[in-house]
Order: sequence, then C-alpha cells, then structure tokens
Amino acid sequence: MTPRLHIYGVMAEFDDPSSLVAATNRAREEGYRRMDAYSPYPIEELHDALGEHHSRLPLVVLIGGFIGCIGGYALQYWVSAIAYPINVGGKPLHSWPAFIPVTFECTILAAALSAVLGMLALNGLPMPYHPVFNVPRFALASRNRFFLVIEARDAKFDFDKTRQFLESLKPREVSTVED
Amino acid sequence: MTDSLLPVEDPNRAVVGSGVPPVIAPGHTFSSVTDKISSIVLTRNAPLGWWLGFLLAFMLANVLLLSVTYLLVKGVGIWGINIPIGWGFAIVNFVWWIGIGHAGTLISAILLLLKQTWRTSINRFAEAMTLFAVACAGVFPLIHMGRPWLAYWMVPYPNTMGVWPQFRSPLVWDVFAVSTYATVSLLFWYVGLIPDLATLRDRSPSHAGRIVYGMLAMGWRGSARHWHRYDTAYLLLAGLATPLVVSVHTVVSFDFAIAIVPGWHTTIFPPYFVAGAIYSGFAMVLTLAIPIRAVYGLEDFITMRHLQNMAKVMLVTGLIVAYGYLVEAFIGWYSGDTFERFVSLNRTTGPYAFFYWALIVCNIAIPQALWFTRVRTSVPVLFVIALIINIGMWLERFIIVVTSLHRDFLTSSWGMYSPTFWDWSTFVGSIGLFLALLFLFLRFLPMISIAEMRAILPEAKIEEAS
Repeated sequence: MTPRLHIYGVMAEFDDPSSLVAATNRAREEGYRRMDAYSPYPIEELHDALGEHHSRLPLVVLIGGFIGCIGGYALQYWVSAIAYPINVGGKPLHSWPAFIPVTFECTILAAALSAVLGMLALNGLPMPYHPVFNVPRFALASRNRFFLVIEARDAKFDFDKTRQFLESLKPREVSTVED
Repeated sequence: MTDSLLPVEDPNRAVVGSGVPPVIAPGHTFSSVTDKISSIVLTRNAPLGWWLGFLLAFMLANVLLLSVTYLLVKGVGIWGINIPIGWGFAIVNFVWWIGIGHAGTLISAILLLLKQTWRTSINRFAEAMTLFAVACAGVFPLIHMGRPWLAYWMVPYPNTMGVWPQFRSPLVWDVFAVSTYATVSLLFWYVGLIPDLATLRDRSPSHAGRIVYGMLAMGWRGSARHWHRYDTAYLLLAGLATPLVVSVHTVVSFDFAIAIVPGWHTTIFPPYFVAGAIYSGFAMVLTLAIPIRAVYGLEDFITMRHLQNMAKVMLVTGLIVAYGYLVEAFIGWYSGDTFERFVSLNRTTGPYAFFYWALIVCNIAIPQALWFTRVRTSVPVLFVIALIINIGMWLERFIIVVTSLHRDFLTSSWGMYSPTFWDWSTFVGSIGLFLALLFLFLRFLPMISIAEMRAILPEAKIEEAS
C-alpha cells in the first residue's frame, strides 16, 4: 500500500530512555530505516540504535581551523612585509615569532565558528517548521518523554502495519504525525 | 582533597559512605528538574530580591553611562592618569574583569574535558558571568584610548589612509585575543542554551514567550541525530576553548611583559596571570552563586559539593599566585639589576606599600583558611573569603600597573597616581553594568543547563533490554 501523502509518519511515546532505545533497536531489526528518535537530552545508545555512524563535523572544524591559521598568518605577513613595511626596533619585516599569537587566535576563531555553523547546517537548523510538532504531546520531548517516529517515506512503511508494530512495543501512546 | 577531583560517574554514588555531598540532591526526576529550573524564568512574578537587585544594578549602570558621557565630552583628563602613570584605573579594571571572565570557560570547557560532573549545575551561569565580565572588560581599553570613536582603526581593514595595524605589538594581539574570546564564549554559551530554549518554547504560557524562545531555539526537536552532532560540536568547542582561555590572559600579560619597565618585564607573568585569572573567576562565581542559590532555593542543584570544590580550586590557584609573587621578588633580587631590586623594595616599603601588604593579606594570608574543612563547609565564611579575594585580585592589578610605572629608570620621570571621582564612578558603574546584565539573564534564561541536569539523573541510565 502506498503511504497517504499527508501523513509524515507514526509516532510512539515512551516513558523512559531504556524503552526508547529498546524500541528503536526492535524497529531496526524489523527492517525500518527512515526513522528518528527524540529525547530531552543526548543518549549515545540511541544514535547507535538508529544505525548512524561517524559525523562529518570534525572534518569541517579541522578545515575551518586550517583556513583560520593560514589566513591569520598570511594577513600579518602581507600587512607587515608587503603592504605597510615599517621598521620596529630593527626587527626583520617577516618577524614570525611576533605573528604567532594572532595566528593562534584566528585558528581558534575560525574553528569555533565552523563547529557551530557546521553543526547547525548539518542538522538543518534553523528549521521553523517540522511535522513532528503537529502532535501536541510532542511538547513533552523537551521535558521528560521519549519519542520514536517511523516516517512514511520508509520503504517498509505501511500505515496500519507500522502502527500495529509500534503498539506492540508497549508505548504510552501512538499518534499519527500529519505533514 | 583528591577524592572529589577524580571523575565521579554516578553523581549519587558519592553520597554513600564517603561523606561527600552529592552533585544533585536525591529524589529528582526529568520532570522535577525541568519544572524547577524553567519555572524561575516562566513565572509571572520575579522575587522581590530580584527587583531590588536589578534596580540597584541598573542605577549603577547608569552611573557608568554618565561617566562615559562626561569622558567623551571632556577627554581622559577627567581621570587621575598622567605621565608617567598613563594606564591607571582603566587598565586595572580591564585586567580585573577579563580575569573574572576566565572561570566561566574553565568550568564549561576544561572541567567538561576532565569529566567533572559537578560542573553541570554551575556552567551555564558561570558562562553568562564570563560574557558579562568580558563585556565590562572591553569597555575600558576602548574608553581609555582618548578617541574611542576611532577604535575601529585597530582592526586590519583596507582604508584610504593606507595604514595597517602593527602586528608586533602586544596591544594588537590583545584586540584579537579578547575579541576571539568574547565570540567563542558567546558561541559556547548559545550552543549550550539551544536545547533549553526549546524547553522554554514548549513550556512558555505566553504567546510572545513561545515566539521569542521558539526563534532562539531554531526549531530544535531533540532528534538523536541532532544530539550526536550537537555533542560533537560541544566537545570540539570545549577542546578549542581550553587553549583559548589560557592564551587570553597570557596575551594580556604580554601587554606588560613585552615592555621593558621594571616590574613588568618578567617571564613569570603569563602563567601567573592565568592562575590569577582562574583564582579571581572562581571567587566571583562563589560571590554570585551563594546569594543566588539562597534566593531561588537552588540548594538541591548547587550543593555543598559545588561550593567545596570551588573553594579547593581557589586554594590551589591562590597558591600558584603566591608562588608568582615570591618568584617575582626572588628574581628581582637574584638578577642583581639595580632597577629590578628597587621594584621589590619600592613595593614593600614605598608610597604604595599599604596596598601591597593589603594585597598579600587578601590574596595569600586569608585564603589559607580554606585548608580547613570547617571553613569550606560554612557558606557565609566562603562568601566573605570570596569577596576578599575579589578585592585582593583588584589590588594585585593596581600594584602591577601603578607601582611599576610610578618609579621609572630616571628619577626625573617619577610621579604619583591617585584616582579621581570619575575613575571611581566608571569602575563602580561597570560593576553595575555587570550585575544588571546578570539579573536580566537570571530572569529570562535558565541559569542551570536543564538538558545536562537530566543527563546526570539516575533515571537517565539505560538498562539493556532482556
């Protein structure tokens, strides 16, 4: 059966983190792939249960730091030796030890900006609208409840069967997420 | 004292037997932690203490506004500075404020990397303190420049004058160090706030609250994939902020150490400035945390464990600072240099000797009381000691800036410095700005990281399914 277009997925609500991790593992064993789990604080096991692996973020930060480092040093070299060469206490124009502090600060600044902007970009934030917020009880995802959503775009998704499957996991409640 | 400095995986485990107070009082759940912390922000009425405190702080902040306005009209001549003491209060206050700012990043970054779970309930608040202290610090070098409206000349940008900053000067390094520190501290603080802003969005009773917190939360929904990248970003930021925090006060100390003035030109300055910064920062965190936990009834979250640990950090960094004073005096004597020897003699017996000995009493003598458990477990005594250290650290910067400048190599360039009314009003006004920002933070943002508190609760433990 093809999924109904206005359905984003089916959501199950759990009381505690262990049930959510167990439910996510079960859903994965069942063959579901297009799903997401929501919790009020980070749970490492949940990420593993979703079958996710490494993030590209560290590479983004490394590249950012590298650009900051080269850029900071190049700026100082260009300013001090080419654009505005002035003699300070008889020091050479390319007085590299004096350029280290600013190079260091530029490295940190660029790496930190890449970490934050990279995290937001990879997470697709800011995102003003998302279908999960259509379920009123989802407001508790930022308090004390744990949610598993199997999305309609999953190859194995079948509205009735998926709903039955989620109900078999003994959640507190199962709701339909409208798109 | 090593017991609580070791990583404690289960914060509640520490209760049993060891006599060490827990990081979070027993009996709390995801919902109780969320409700307790968010209710401080979401309540309609702020406590009377908040209103009184904010009003006083706001009035003092206006004193700063008036002082700076008068300064812009008349120029730096309204202060007590003159040749040979051209730096005076402005630089004393700058170094003092930036030092206070160091505790926030230390608590949030270094203690995170060291897996110190006790940092959780004080990091948000300490980071906010950092931001506001750095904001106050930033004011002083700007208004000290004489023509503050030309401050942007310090930034390297192509201009019609064809001039560029002089990158061999530590004062230019300072511009980069302080602005990077302010930016990274803000990023760190904001990233930490995102999940809590989502909590406030979901719980705010007012429409305006839902919209404002909703925009700030950027649509955070707590997805496991997002949390994973979030944790990675947070950890990387901590790793970046750790060398940064050490570099900032090092660069500030270069402002002095790179110069040839006796009393400034010494290699002990970078480590001793960094230790002093952490010392004063923890003193300020204690000064603020003690009244706040009492007013808001947060003794469950900011427990005696936190106060005691902070007292221990103060004791250690205070001893490093004491070592710095000692080495400074020793090297002055050991160098055999007439001018270096004179610095020590002048500090201990010269015209500013009273302030030098006051500094020794405030920073070295009195804090030794922290060796005693009875002192570390008494909240009022801790509060008084923290206040004394704040004063002592301010005196330290006064001694460094003023006594070194007032006796130069030539007797013809000797002079005296005394602050004017406007020196004092600017300083007191900056304390007002700091406190006013802090009161606004307490009212509108969660002062304890709710998401991190949930993660250290016993019920957050994952049990393997059978």
